[in-house]
Amino acid sequence: MFQILITLLIYMVLVIPIGIYLYHVATKQRTFADPVFDRIDGMIYRICRINREDMHWKTYALNLLMTNAVMILIGYLVLRLQGLLFLNPNGIASMEESLSFNTIISFMTNTNLQHYSGESGLSYLSQTAVIIFMMFTSAATGYAACMAFCRGIAGRPMGNFYEDMVRNTTRILIPLSFIAGMLLIWQGTPQNFHANFTVSTLEGKWQDIAAGPIAALEAIKHVGTNGGGFLGANSSTPLENPTIISNLVELYSMMILPGACVIAFGNMIADKRKKEGKKSLFGRQGRTVFAAMAIIFLIGVTVCFAAESAGNPVLAGIGLNQDMGSYEGKEVRFGIAQSALFTTTTTSFTTGTVNNVHDSLTPLGGLVPLLHMMLNCVFGGKGVGLMNMVMYVILAVFICGLMIGRTPEYLGKKIEGKEMKLVAVCLIIHPLLILGFSALAVSTAGGLAGITNPGFHGLSQVLYEYSSSAANNGSGFEGLADNSVFWNLTAGIAMYFGRFPAIILQLAIAGSIFAKRRVNETVGTLRTDNVVFTLILVFVVYIFAALTFFPALALGPVAEHLTIWFPGLS
Amino acid sequence: MKLFMKYLKNAVKCTVVLGVLCTVIYPAALTLAGQALFPKQANGSMVMAVIDGEERAVGSKYVGQQFEDSRFFHGRISSVNYNCYTQEEKEDGSYGGVASGSFNYGNSNPDLKTRVEADMAAWMEAHPDVKQEDIPSDLLTASGSGLDPHISVRGARVQVGEISKASGLTEEELNAIIDNNTQKKALGIFGEEAVNVLGCNLEIANRLGILTLK
Repeated sequence: MFQILITLLIYMVLVIPIGIYLYHVATKQRTFADPVFDRIDGMIYRICRINREDMHWKTYALNLLMTNAVMILIGYLVLRLQGLLFLNPNGIASMEESLSFNTIISFMTNTNLQHYSGESGLSYLSQTAVIIFMMFTSAATGYAACMAFCRGIAGRPMGNFYEDMVRNTTRILIPLSFIAGMLLIWQGTPQNFHANFTVSTLEGKWQDIAAGPIAALEAIKHVGTNGGGFLGANSSTPLENPTIISNLVELYSMMILPGACVIAFGNMIADKRKKEGKKSLFGRQGRTVFAAMAIIFLIGVTVCFAAESAGNPVLAGIGLNQDMGSYEGKEVRFGIAQSALFTTTTTSFTTGTVNNVHDSLTPLGGLVPLLHMMLNCVFGGKGVGLMNMVMYVILAVFICGLMIGRTPEYLGKKIEGKEMKLVAVCLIIHPLLILGFSALAVSTAGGLAGITNPGFHGLSQVLYEYSSSAANNGSGFEGLADNSVFWNLTAGIAMYFGRFPAIILQLAIAGSIFAKRRVNETVGTLRTDNVVFTLILVFVVYIFAALTFFPALALGPVAEHLTIWFPGLS
Repeated sequence: MKLFMKYLKNAVKCTVVLGVLCTVIYPAALTLAGQALFPKQANGSMVMAVIDGEERAVGSKYVGQQFEDSRFFHGRISSVNYNCYTQEEKEDGSYGGVASGSFNYGNSNPDLKTRVEADMAAWMEAHPDVKQEDIPSDLLTASGSGLDPHISVRGARVQVGEISKASGLTEEELNAIIDNNTQKKALGIFGEEAVNVLGCNLEIANRLGILTLK
C-alpha cells in the first residue's frame, strides 16, 4: 500500500502544472510553447481554410459527428483491405465484416475493446493508419467536447470544433505522446517496422519475438486514455511494458489528462474570482469534483489491493502457498500493489489497458474495475468522465434543492425542468445499455456461446464486457470468446450508444445553461464548493450505482466471492 | 444539403490533416529519434551469444523463454509456451504463430484448480527435497502475458538444490548468479524484486560451455 500512496502523491505533483497548461490552451491564453505551436497551427488553418468562429452547440455537435463518421468510413476500408495494402511484413490477411465493424467503432469511440489479437490481426499499416490515428482523434474529439461543455457551463462561448481538434492534437496529445514514447523506448519498448524476430533458444528451439511500432502506439494509447494494445495481452506483455519504470510512465500518462481536465474546468469557473485577486490551483468548484473523484478512487484501490493480497482460497486449499497474494494472471515485476493500482486506474480513467489479466482477478478485486466502469465518472476517459461527474453534480444539487425547498442552482444558473430531463436521460442510457445487453446475452444462444468460465464468474464476464463497452473503457474479462457475430455487433452498438448520445446530450445541457441569465448568490444558495457537498456527491454516485447495479453485482462477483471463501454456504 | 456538403468538406479536410500529423509525422519522428538514441531497445533488446563459433541472437532481454532442461532455472507457467516451438510443431500447426495472453481462468474455475494440482505434483516429483508450502505461488500460476521473463527471488532460491545436482555447479555459484540477475525495486519503492530467468540461464550455459556470452 505504501508504494501505491507514493505513486499517487507524485501524480498530484504532476497533474497540477499540466492542468494549468490545459486551462491556458483551452482558453487560448499565452503559454510558453506558443512561438512553435502558433506557427504549426497557423499553417494548418491556412491549408484547410478553416473558419474559426464560435459555434452554437448544435453546430458543434453536428461537425463532431460528421468528422467521426468520415474517420469511421476510411478506417473501415483500411481494415477490410489491409491484406492487399503496403506495410504488411508479417503477411496479415484482411479483416472480416463484423470484426471490422466492431474494431472501428471501438477505436472511434475511444473504447478500444479488442475482439482481435494485434499480433495476428493487424498489419503495421492498420496499426498506424487506423489504430494510432483513431487513438489521437477519438481522444481529441472527447476532449474537444469536454472543453466546449466546460466553456458553456462557465458561461463562455462554446468554441470552434475544428480549432479545438487541431489545438488538442498539436499542443497536447502529440507532444505528450512523444515524450512518453521516448521514455518507453528507453525502457525497452520496441519501435521499428521490422517483421517479427525469430531467435534460436538455449534449448535448441525457435522463439518468435514480436516487433513493430509498439512504442508509438503505447504512448498515445495511454495519453489518450485509449487502452487497446499492440499485442493481445496488452500492457502485461514485457514488450509493451518492460519494466516497473515503463509501468509508471504508462500509469501517469493515462492519469494525467483526465485529472488535468478537472483542474482546467475549476480554473475556467474560477476566472471571475481570479480577477478579484484570489488565486487557487484547482478553482473552488474544481476542487469539489476532484476530491469526490479521488475519494471514490481511493476506496476502490484499497478494496482491490486488499482482495488481491488475500489470495485465492481455492489454491490455498490444494496446498499452494498464497502469502504473496493471488498471482494467477499477474506479472512478477509488477506484483500485487502495482497490478491493483493499474487495474483500478485503467477502469476509473476508462483507459482499458491492462497490466494483469482481469478475468483472473479475485472476485472482489474484479468487482472494483467493474463498478468503476459502471460509475463511469471517477476521473473518466479524456473529458467524458468530467462531463459525467457534472451530471451527478447537477443531480446532487437537484436532490438537495428538493430537500431544502429551494430552486436548485449551480454556478449561478438555475437548474430547471429542461436540464433535469436531459440529465436523467443521460444518466439512464449507461445502465440501460449494460443491463439490457447483458440480459439479452444470457438469454440467447449466441450470447451464451461466448461464456468460458462456469458459474457466477460467467455472468461477471458478460457484465464486464458490456460495462466496458458502454463506458468506452475497452478492458475485458478476456476469457470471453467474443469474436462472434453476436458479440461483435452487440458490443459495437453498446460502444456507439455509450459515446455519442451522451456527448450530444451533455453539449445540449451546457448550451442550455449557457443561455440562462445569471442569478445572484444569496445566503440560502446551496454551496457546491465545500466538504459537505463533496460528501453528498460521493453518496449520490454510490447510491445511484447501488440502486441500479447491485442485483447484477450480487449475482456475479459477490456470489463468486461467497462460494470460494465460504464453500459450506452453497 | 448545402450545409451537409460544407460540413462534409470540413470533416474530410480535418481527417486528412490530422491523418498526416498522427500517422506519418508522429510515428516517423519517434522511430527516427528512438533508433538514433536507443538503437538496442528500439530493436527488441536482443541478447547476443556465440554458439559453435557463430554469433547469434538467443533471445530478448525482456521476453521470457521456455525451459525444460533440469540444469536451468524454470520460469512461470505460460499459456503460449513463450512462443517457443520446434520445426515439427510449426509444420504440424500446433504452434499457431506469435501470440500472448493467459488462460483467463476465474478464481472459482475448476480448470484452474486441476491445472495447478497437476503442475504441483510434477514439480514436487522433480524437487523431492522441497516442502510443498515453500513453493511460492508465482511458480505455479500463469503470467498475464505468457511471456513473463521473471520469477520471484524465493521462486529462484527454491530451485537451486536440484539445479546444482543436475549441472554440477555449486549452490554458492547459483546463488551468486541469482543475485547478479535480480532486479531491485525501482528507487527502493516501486515494483517487486524479480529474477530474470533467461539472464540466470545464460550465465549457467556460459559456465557449462554451451555458449559464450558476448
